[in-house]
Amino acid sequence: MRRSMLFLPGNSPNILINAEYLGADSIILDLEDAVAPTEKDGARILVRNALTSMGYTREKIVRINPVESPYWKEDLNQIIPARPDLIMPTKVSCKEDVEQVSAYMAQVERRNGIEVGSVGLLPLIETGLGLENAYQIASSDPRIVGIFLGGEDLTADLRCQRTKEGNEIFYARSRMVACARAAGIEVYDTPWTDVEDYEGLVKDTELAKSLGFSGKSSISPRHVSFINEIFSPTMEEIQYAKDVFACIERAKAEGKGVVSLRGKMIDAPIVSRARQVLEAARAIYGIGLEEGGKGHE
Amino acid sequence: MIRKKAWAGTLESSDIYVEVSPAEPGTGLELTVQSVVYAQFGDQIEAVIRETLRDLHVTDAKVSVSDRGALDCTIRARVETAVRRGEDEV
Repeated sequence: MRRSMLFLPGNSPNILINAEYLGADSIILDLEDAVAPTEKDGARILVRNALTSMGYTREKIVRINPVESPYWKEDLNQIIPARPDLIMPTKVSCKEDVEQVSAYMAQVERRNGIEVGSVGLLPLIETGLGLENAYQIASSDPRIVGIFLGGEDLTADLRCQRTKEGNEIFYARSRMVACARAAGIEVYDTPWTDVEDYEGLVKDTELAKSLGFSGKSSISPRHVSFINEIFSPTMEEIQYAKDVFACIERAKAEGKGVVSLRGKMIDAPIVSRARQVLEAARAIYGIGLEEGGKGHE
Repeated sequence: MIRKKAWAGTLESSDIYVEVSPAEPGTGLELTVQSVVYAQFGDQIEAVIRETLRDLHVTDAKVSVSDRGALDCTIRARVETAVRRGEDEV
């Protein structure tokens, strides 16, 4: 479950200490844009030590430098032995970028006695070429759990203004969702960058959810609770999902082939959506939400 | 072996600033520690620094640190970074 994913600068001990307690489902420890070129060495050692010492229970993601930079291999040399859950390669524009990173990760895993493939990948797509190759990227490697849209770099590459309305990335968002779902993986939205504009954050997050995104990233801890709430199923959605399964059980008991709930036929997409809602509810709220209507009464 | 003066870290809260300089072979470690929590943790900070230097096979060096309440993992990271930078060829 990755409703919210919080970017944290990799060279700030004070922030790394508090990362666990900021409420995000995943923490993204950043070695790329948040770290000056002269501090890349210090940041990767600090992040490595934080991963092995802080006892983080949140999902741990490390954003590494792009393959065209001189830093990414040393990032992986230091970080992979510290066992992050995922590596986020940046400016991924084609499947060859992923293959290159994955192959080097395998080398580092082997060298350190770590099972090859145990660290996953979440490619950051933030170029026009990457967007056009999104399906190819999404289906290029078994390590990939999802793809991630980077709106700021993308709009720079597309030579358009990044606006609060986000019309300029509407196509990108839709395409990312379609490509991810076609590849059977998850998809995550770009952060809302105005730290003080909560109304804008809520609108932008609701839009991302309505388009099919699995979750949204953030650059501010103050945005996390808004994102978590929007990407959690509502009590009405949970109740409806439970009713769907209760209704199916009743129909089975009565030997009926076709069932309807509140005047609407229950077909495969409704059952699939209800299952997703209950799975999400179970992950967030825990007990009493078993599929099949248990806990309904 | 420390070949040149080098430093790492910052003076921000929860960080530590570490400076390393070359020393003549056989002269050992000359360690100076300043810390906002020296009274409570001075001995432990010094022990962590010495242990990290030992792990990095640094036997002769001048090391000066200014600590702002860093955790052990931060102290180790900043000492390692300063040493790696000091080991680079000039």
